[in-house]
Amino acid sequence: MISGLTLGERQTAVCLSLALLVLGVIFAGAGQGDPLGVHGFIIAAYAVVVMGAVITGYYAPAPGADRLTQYYDDPTKFGIIVAMLWAIFGMFVGDWVAWLLAYPDMTFDAAWASFGRLRPVHTTGVIFGFGGNALIATSYHVVQRTSRARLPDQLSPWVVLIGYNLFCLLAVSGYLIGITQSKEYAEPEWYADILLVIVWVTYFLLYIRTLARRQEPHIYVANWYYMAFILVVAVLHIVNNLAVPVSLTEAKSYSLFAGVQDAMTQWWYGHNAVAFFLTAGFLGMMYYYLPKRAGRPIYSYRMSIVGFWGITFFYMWAGSHHLHYTALPLWVQNLGMTFSVMLLVPSWIAAGNALMTLNGAWTRVRDDATLRFMAMAAVFYGLSTFEGSFMAIRPVNSLSHYTDWTIGHVHAGTLGWVSMIVFGTFYSLVPWMWKVERMYSRKLVEWHFWLAMAGTLIYVFAMWNSGIIQGLMWRTYNDGGTLAYSFVDSLVAMHPYYIARAVGGFLFFLGPVIGLYNILMTIRLSRETAGTGIAEMPVVALKAGE
Amino acid sequence: MSVEKRDPHTGYLTTGHDWNGIEELNTPVPKVIYICLGLAFAFALIYWLLMPAFPLGLTYTKGLLGVSQHSLIDADLQQAQTDQQTVTSKIATLSVDEVRADAGLMHYVRATAVPIFGDNCAACHGIDAKGGPGYPNLTDNSWLWGGDADAVLETLRVGVNDEQHDDTRVSQMLAFGRDGMLDRNALLSVVTYVQSLSKPDAGTVEAIGAGREVFAANCASCHGEKGAGSIELGAPDLTDSVWLYGGDTQSVFNTVYNGRTGVMPSWEARLSDVDRKILATYVLSLGEAGQ
Repeated sequence: MISGLTLGERQTAVCLSLALLVLGVIFAGAGQGDPLGVHGFIIAAYAVVVMGAVITGYYAPAPGADRLTQYYDDPTKFGIIVAMLWAIFGMFVGDWVAWLLAYPDMTFDAAWASFGRLRPVHTTGVIFGFGGNALIATSYHVVQRTSRARLPDQLSPWVVLIGYNLFCLLAVSGYLIGITQSKEYAEPEWYADILLVIVWVTYFLLYIRTLARRQEPHIYVANWYYMAFILVVAVLHIVNNLAVPVSLTEAKSYSLFAGVQDAMTQWWYGHNAVAFFLTAGFLGMMYYYLPKRAGRPIYSYRMSIVGFWGITFFYMWAGSHHLHYTALPLWVQNLGMTFSVMLLVPSWIAAGNALMTLNGAWTRVRDDATLRFMAMAAVFYGLSTFEGSFMAIRPVNSLSHYTDWTIGHVHAGTLGWVSMIVFGTFYSLVPWMWKVERMYSRKLVEWHFWLAMAGTLIYVFAMWNSGIIQGLMWRTYNDGGTLAYSFVDSLVAMHPYYIARAVGGFLFFLGPVIGLYNILMTIRLSRETAGTGIAEMPVVALKAGE
Repeated sequence: MSVEKRDPHTGYLTTGHDWNGIEELNTPVPKVIYICLGLAFAFALIYWLLMPAFPLGLTYTKGLLGVSQHSLIDADLQQAQTDQQTVTSKIATLSVDEVRADAGLMHYVRATAVPIFGDNCAACHGIDAKGGPGYPNLTDNSWLWGGDADAVLETLRVGVNDEQHDDTRVSQMLAFGRDGMLDRNALLSVVTYVQSLSKPDAGTVEAIGAGREVFAANCASCHGEKGAGSIELGAPDLTDSVWLYGGDTQSVFNTVYNGRTGVMPSWEARLSDVDRKILATYVLSLGEAGQ
């Protein structure tokens, strides 16, 4: 992959990794006795690995000018593999904490193995590690194809991927040694947050620059969504992570906001992370790979427009529904609730547009597990957005809030929608990227699909049951007008559902294990056939690179 | 390049755009979508009119219904209090023994006490109130601080060794071994003697005899000459078969060596008078069932 870089790019890469190494060493030295020192070592080690990889390929012959007539796909290939590795890691930890909830003594008396530390390892691993890498990798692919333009340079896509994965690594390792700013889905501390800002601005500029070079008169809808994802995540990340570090040699920082304002900022961030990270980005993915795989035109361009602007406008207001019945003023709660209800319409427009696109291709949905992944993803997207709007209604929320129903809802979205659209996408994309006719094994794709379906359904049904039972037990009064159950009673009632959830999660976890094997075997197949399987659509009018 | 084509399946025209082979149909947005958008907006609009909704600088639109979160929760609490009033006012005026004599009230007490006990007491005493090492069994009629209603109520009110409460019950067993008050031989013999109080064949006659002297000099001041304990001091009865920290030789040795200072939190600030009375009544009824 280094051989694709020009000599100048290789030199810059060495300089950048050297700078990272220096930064790591400074942190390691200055942060001695603080968890920051540990992160200094991790940054330094990471920089050494990156630099080693660049230097190993440094003296390879420089790439010819003909590279500029082809799309630049090396970062996409890298991103796919890394995303799959994060999927396996994140889902493994997820299933671990699922068993931990059923058997809470399973912590070996070690701080790192407690639920509070392992749970963010799971959420960061799957959302940012798996989801984020999948989004970055596919966005590079989609923006080039739909703009008929090559990425403007070959270094920034790597800076984004390498920097982003360092962020994920710092996040996950930090939780285990006790670094967290205690904001859900925004746990990493100030220095990791600054790193992500740099990465994200690079990503934003890369995307904008590619779009500016486009050969198509119009910007395709997938790019609107990817753009919204990149732009809004930048805004969310920066505002929610405004904080003052205790000192520059310590990991700890304090948020700029306090009390209910802090909670509101956090959930404005938290819900829009769901909206723009877990929804907008993946809708971009769906809008490219689903019609491509189905071989059908998008059902309605007009619905794409209404859906897009509805989703981006309504979501921004909805975050306060996470704080119903709290110290947050009622008017803020009411705004969040009403916008969440209206949000259902554009969400269903997007889901409907996807499903209607499949009209004329349903026989392929039946026969092709890859397309079926994407079709089911659209169905689960519709289901979980309905559920979300429903749960945002205050009286419903008074039953569902703080219960496993929320967990079930989130996983209907993340397993059913996000993961399934990614797997469908990857099984389409991998043969295109490695230029073979199809995946190594169709049967394994089929297996993956049914494991994912079974896992999701078991998980979601277990959590619906346990969540509603939990909510009811917490509010059931006896004849005398006092509570009928203690909290411990509700825990005992949850136990069987927690075991069922862990089993469902395990089935789902098996999916990416099979998937990675299938992808690696496909790559091997492409090496054997030397990539002569299929030729991509020729890039006729590709603009010259640098 | 912008050529509109007719899709044979749906019959709609494409927009004429083509992105790497992806086309789009120019299908109009179905009417039902506009209707749904209108309905959703109408719902929101009505809600905004009726309820607090939009900020106005330092204040906000109050809504036509004049509802606030506080008024809602106050109404709920008021309602709950009214529902419970008849029973709780009776319990508040009657003595624990009178409550226990009233089957109707006891039905209420059991239903109410189980969740209160589960949420507040079960963490130490267990959901079945049978305790565990260091946490007394509440069903066995063996009471450290007395088992009559007033004593149990007082224990609940002030706790044991709880620094948060000025009137707390105080009881400490000294660390006879760790603090060097007794040597190893004396410790071993007094352990044997203490065990022999409930199990006469616990050791040799000599060891028990030696232990008896150590006991009289060091332990009897709290546990009494015969080892029957003291309710005033919260000193356990050593002659029965109940062992708070375990009755095997090693456990008793650990207790004598390191001393013990069990803590129970005071509940005066956390549970109402009526709730504590309900708990005391419930806990006493457990002992009755155990007999």
